[in-house]
Amino acid sequence: MLESVASTVAGPTAMRFVEDRDVVEAGVDTSPFRPVDFRVLPAGDTALVIEFGDSIDRHINDKVLALAARVSQAKLDGVLECVPTFRSLMVYYDPLAMPVAALSARISELVQGLRVRENSGRVWRLPACYDPSIAPDLGEVAARTGLSPAQVVERHSAETYHVYMLGFLPGMAYLGDVAPELVLPRLVTPRLRVPAGSLGIASTMTCVYPMDTPAGWHLIGRCPVPFLERRPQPMTLLTAGDRVTFAPVSLREYEQLAAQAAAGTLRMCPIDEPMGAAA
Amino acid sequence: MTPELRVLSPGLMTTVQDLGRPGYQRLGIAVSGALDPVGLRAANALVGNAPGTGALEVAYVGPTLQVDADEVRLAFVGANADIQILPDVEAVGGGRWIEPMRSVRLRRGEVVRIGSLSGGAVLYIAVEGGFDIAPVLGSVSTYVRGGFGGWHGRPLRSGDRLPLRADRVSDRENYRLDGLDLACPPRFRAIVGPQDDMYSAQEIATFFAGEFTVSADSDRVGMRLDGPVVHEPRAVNMTSDGIAPGSIQVPGSGQPIVLLADRQTTGGYPKIATVISADLPALGRMPIGAKIGFERVTVEEAQALHRKLAAEIEGIHNRIVPIDRDPAEVAPMLLLDCNLISGVVDARSWRM
Repeated sequence: MLESVASTVAGPTAMRFVEDRDVVEAGVDTSPFRPVDFRVLPAGDTALVIEFGDSIDRHINDKVLALAARVSQAKLDGVLECVPTFRSLMVYYDPLAMPVAALSARISELVQGLRVRENSGRVWRLPACYDPSIAPDLGEVAARTGLSPAQVVERHSAETYHVYMLGFLPGMAYLGDVAPELVLPRLVTPRLRVPAGSLGIASTMTCVYPMDTPAGWHLIGRCPVPFLERRPQPMTLLTAGDRVTFAPVSLREYEQLAAQAAAGTLRMCPIDEPMGAAA
Repeated sequence: MTPELRVLSPGLMTTVQDLGRPGYQRLGIAVSGALDPVGLRAANALVGNAPGTGALEVAYVGPTLQVDADEVRLAFVGANADIQILPDVEAVGGGRWIEPMRSVRLRRGEVVRIGSLSGGAVLYIAVEGGFDIAPVLGSVSTYVRGGFGGWHGRPLRSGDRLPLRADRVSDRENYRLDGLDLACPPRFRAIVGPQDDMYSAQEIATFFAGEFTVSADSDRVGMRLDGPVVHEPRAVNMTSDGIAPGSIQVPGSGQPIVLLADRQTTGGYPKIATVISADLPALGRMPIGAKIGFERVTVEEAQALHRKLAAEIEGIHNRIVPIDRDPAEVAPMLLLDCNLISGVVDARSWRM
């Protein structure tokens, strides 16, 4: 795989992504010597995409997050930042410090020795209010899924979600997977503005919008915990690899928590923080 | 009293920008920063600032600013603009006119009025010493969508008072740029991918052969291109991945969008190609209505051009020359400057 790197990044002859045969067993480390299918693609001359697949899949995402941690630990010359996504890792670099072929080779070595661990991130239990007064699409979601609103809430809050990645907006975490019964396409006509804290579902994902924004997901509640803190410096609640469950709270509790959040006195801590998390 | 620049009129979209806020994209935080970092650096060089000092990025129509400090030195680099300097807000006309690509010293109460830009999308206004604005995550760049950075996370408005770090200027002379090449390449060079496998060879050829017009629907997030469609409208489904600067997305309409400084960190449209880093500053200067095309290069060629641009940037300080007998300086200052030039005494240091 190493010898193919130069041609991979230089031209259209990139390795095709072959079907992922390296399925990681749940909760089990893979052998560090087992080959991992991936390809290295140029995103211009200052970034490389290390792609493990083309779908939203926990096994693929676990490899992405493992490589992100590995690259960060390796402190490679010239590597400026890494951006994990569902199925690939974007590595930004300074070509003055590290030419493309050398970086490709180094990253390929890291991929070959990759130890993939599941559930290595922090664990959060976050309050969520599904009261119909702040859940404009709850009735519609219930109608379309054939469930009662209470069952929708029950299914949504029963799941432990994995943070696949952050993107779209500061602090916007893509949480998955939602229970199969709740999978719906996004709204045909997106809303021009939804309030910060809105709890959305679409396809296999759920999210909490970190700020007021146009949005196309079904809104089934609100989370009072800010996903983007602005003071003293902007910082996001979650990072990729974290796990999240939602604990239903009443409207009254929600309002109390939201008031604390607005006053800056609401402090959330992860309920579990494994060693080496959030690298 | 805090030295300030008062915003009498904000222009179309004037923001504080520096070299951006890298390092937080994994949290969904865009990089932002100057659309034309070369222009920003040159403007800072003219006033003796560090290259990445925050400056005003003016888009299309400039602001009117009044000096509320003993004196300030500003530099203007970028598109052509008529820059009028008036003695005070009451003045209806006259004053003096200067061209961009130079610095100028202004005194308390003077008003600088920048009209419409021509020949480019952006103009940078650097101020000697910089603005007294707290960095957010290491940068004073304005990130409008995130609502933070720069001046309260938004473009300037009338009535804003931008605090300055210095109440008076140094003894530095006024400078102009000499021989800095801000011309755009005949075609913007781009590397195919990362999603070139989602396009046929014919579609990629159409893209690289095409001549596009920068759409009025462009902004700091992305430059929309009118022109030949890369493909007939079709559903384009792709699992989101990262978005590098200069990424050229082709959404279902087939009409490309080049992603710029305020781009989202991730996105789900395939990217046919990526403009090379050395051509991004020039791309950032391209105004609405400009005709642009793309030329395919390899990563290695792009990195050679990156090194060349880095060397040019290193040499910017050699591209600035003092303006002798500055006609923009009025008579009393001219006399003081003569003293300075004599090298015997700096008369200005005696002024109150």
